[in-house]
Amino acid sequence: MTELTCIVCPVGCRIRVDRAENGLKISGNDCPRGLTYAREEMTAPKRILTAVVEVAGGESMLPVKTKEAIAKAKIWLAMQETKAITVSGPVTVGQVIKDNVAGSGVPLVATGMIPGDA
Amino acid sequence: MLNTKAVDLVVVGGGPAGMAAAVAAAEAGVEEIVLLERQAKLGGILPQCIHNGFGLRYFKEELTGPEYAYRFMLELKKKPRIQVKTETMVVTITPDRQVVTTSAAEGLVCYQARAVILAMGCRERPRGAINIPGTRPAGIYTAGSLQYLLNIEGFLPGRTAVILGSGDIGLIMARRLTLEGIRVRAVLELMPYSNGLNRNVVQCLEDFNIPLYLSHTVTAIHGQGRVEKVSVAPVDADLQPLVEKGFDLACDTLVLSVGLIPENELSLQAGVELDPATGGPVVDSFYQTTVEGIFACGNVAHVHDVVDDVSAESAIAGRAAAAYLRGEIGGNRWLPVKAGRNIRSVVPQRIVVGQATPLYIRARFPEKNAQLNVGHGHSKRRIVSPGETIYYTVKPEDICSQEGFVRVGLEGGKVDD
Repeated sequence: MTELTCIVCPVGCRIRVDRAENGLKISGNDCPRGLTYAREEMTAPKRILTAVVEVAGGESMLPVKTKEAIAKAKIWLAMQETKAITVSGPVTVGQVIKDNVAGSGVPLVATGMIPGDA
Repeated sequence: MLNTKAVDLVVVGGGPAGMAAAVAAAEAGVEEIVLLERQAKLGGILPQCIHNGFGLRYFKEELTGPEYAYRFMLELKKKPRIQVKTETMVVTITPDRQVVTTSAAEGLVCYQARAVILAMGCRERPRGAINIPGTRPAGIYTAGSLQYLLNIEGFLPGRTAVILGSGDIGLIMARRLTLEGIRVRAVLELMPYSNGLNRNVVQCLEDFNIPLYLSHTVTAIHGQGRVEKVSVAPVDADLQPLVEKGFDLACDTLVLSVGLIPENELSLQAGVELDPATGGPVVDSFYQTTVEGIFACGNVAHVHDVVDDVSAESAIAGRAAAAYLRGEIGGNRWLPVKAGRNIRSVVPQRIVVGQATPLYIRARFPEKNAQLNVGHGHSKRRIVSPGETIYYTVKPEDICSQEGFVRVGLEGGKVDD
């Protein structure tokens, strides 16, 4: 038996996972997303990475995220790749900053914007 | 002579609370709204909160702080009735709703408003608020100001950090510093439980093997030009440090995440009564303060766990201000909330009779399987903890107006582990 705290939303359900004959028995989740979280957490845990990247000639950093959760094991590599990036404006919210970050198949996207000077 | 402008509604503060209140007031038909923000950009604290987890309740999707702010900025752009004044500082608010502002662009301007919404947010408690002995070297930051330096300015503060306080910002910063290559040696928490959301303990500390020392505090800061180490000690049941059991942690950075205080200097000038339990104005079901026509919402009213609640509450305040301007709310009968067993605070503090009112309740200590009683209404709570808001919507039938108050209490819970 394993007890998990669901991290999908701030409610933080305590989820109980038991190994059953035909897979995992999951209980304690208030919503279906908790079910998915618990199953993934037991088999292939994933996280969204958020960070900032440098802006060429800019005064402030540009916030970014992986568009979806990536394998927890790839977080460090993804962070290294992110730190190496410098972007130039303009950038809109949701724009892809880097494809396939850390070989995850998931793009890194902007969560803030750099206004254009045009 | 002071330049005076008459307007319907002034909203003080362009963070999540002010933006949501202004949008809701405009949608409810208020003609002329002025939104005042002292920073160059709207969004308040959101632009520096680059982590995800925002918006699950309000937008039903998971957003980062900057994305959440962006949604509201788009809404504001669609509302020509809202004049946004950035880099404008409010210096005074009077009880008769004169809002005096100063800005480089317009100089001194006085808005005579028919209604005012206070949405100034909150501030961090600094080192001085908790009296840590020791030297005064560089390298001591409050978690929020470090978050600004790191996420907006791209400034790395040091190489090895200790974090005091396990509130959400402290936990989020533990992960953020670790990802940036700064070694976080420990998160220390004075209380025997974390003050942050459980999900943040899991995804910020456990994911990165950062130790959390409950019932521990910093007893001294060492270092001349720069922090060199901190002395740490466990505390007893009365929260007094057991110095003989203490130890030192070498670090060049100390991060303080030791609580937030609603920023109410302007509210006091306006004659608004504050609740000592929240540090924010006493408000009714419509988020109207004790001064007629002055409303308060967001972290200036009480410190929230999640921004979604700020938006929801501020929309109530915005719509209520619109109703007030139409002469629809006024002279309502209300009952005060009385905090019973294990209740630290309840917002709103005044429940308008006949009005379904969502309550934000905070417990004093953690317990399991308690019953929450609100007037004659009740519900079971599996786990309550001071770090997590307890939600309950009071229904009109929960209240008996002859009693003269609404008692809120937790009963029959188990305190152990």
